[in-house]
Amino acid sequence: MNFGQLVALAFSAILIQNVMLTQFLGTCPFLGVSKKSQSAIGMGLAVIFVITLSSILTWSVYWLVLDPLGLEYMRTIVFILIISGVVQFVEMFIKKTAPAIYKMLGIYLPLITTNCAVLGVALININKEFNFIEMVVYSVGISVGYALVIYVFSTIRERIEKAPIPESFKGTPIALIIAGLMSIAFIGFAGIL
Amino acid sequence: MNNKENFLKGIFSENPVFMLVLGMCPVLAITTTVTNALGMGLAFTFVLIMSNVIISLIRKFIPNDIRIPAYIVVIATVVTIVDMFMHAYAFSLYESLGIFIPLIVVNCVVLGRAEAFASKNGVFASFIDALGMGAGFTLSITLISTVREVLGSGTFLGIDIFPFDLVQPASIFVIAPGAFITLGILLGIINTIRFKRAKKAQAKE
Repeated sequence: MNFGQLVALAFSAILIQNVMLTQFLGTCPFLGVSKKSQSAIGMGLAVIFVITLSSILTWSVYWLVLDPLGLEYMRTIVFILIISGVVQFVEMFIKKTAPAIYKMLGIYLPLITTNCAVLGVALININKEFNFIEMVVYSVGISVGYALVIYVFSTIRERIEKAPIPESFKGTPIALIIAGLMSIAFIGFAGIL
Repeated sequence: MNNKENFLKGIFSENPVFMLVLGMCPVLAITTTVTNALGMGLAFTFVLIMSNVIISLIRKFIPNDIRIPAYIVVIATVVTIVDMFMHAYAFSLYESLGIFIPLIVVNCVVLGRAEAFASKNGVFASFIDALGMGAGFTLSITLISTVREVLGSGTFLGIDIFPFDLVQPASIFVIAPGAFITLGILLGIINTIRFKRAKKAQAKE
């Protein structure tokens, strides 16, 4: 794969196959921590960090250990254990080395274990049979796309707080409808590539 | 709380989709057709029942500090069984549900019931709880997928219900934005009914 194709892959991972708006992965934290843009940034950065690291690890374990031994069916169990280990490790590492970043990301890290985007990307990397470089580009692209969308969404939600919305549509219902409208906008990117 | 209340709370007062708004990924992703929704609902209910029963059986042997990883291993094992079973006996369903079968592992509803109910209650009560939650989940996603399939492709369970092209189906309901908008509007309608009932109950007092 040459450089141009890698750029196209990254572009399509960020915008066209956006993990949240077209593949519905990671909806719970998307709705949960998007009420303030500050916390959306924290969650977005934590997701970029964890998805990249856990994708590299799960990809390596699958192709270096599980596949040669014929243990492909163990992947769900192995991946989820790796991901929860990575999350725990990242939390301890950041706490020791960068307390300032820990203060910002701290409470979002434990939440990421149940973010289905992390396991989802790990599985997609295997299903699409990416090589190492493609896998890294795709994982970084997907997580940057997630961070971008959750930040944009949170700024819209801050505005919508002040809008006169019928009582029964306040909170999650209107948030879902906004996500739907954003999703329509993102479909437009499909025409570019 | 008796068994009947325990069962019904999963369908009404603590419905995982419409009341708790948990485990949204499969709810949005696989509700394009009613067949997919029923398949997902069955797989999900099976995982919930098995994990609740097993965790309730071993709840006294699990040390408190490592209970969450232990639950995740139990859930992941059950999910792997379902995954392999569907791969062998329901291949077309397996293809259309895709990665959302392994993703049941990280569904907050399953882990939530293990932590909130099965770790504190007996085997039979946990079984009933899982059955109720599973039924509530299945009914909710069937409702969402009915709306999406009828409006989006003009069919129900794959059968054409608008013959002679009387109505042109709006394909937006089948693609991604339709999932968000359908769920948002359904949640809004259910909230409206809930608030009206709460007001009536208040007026009575």
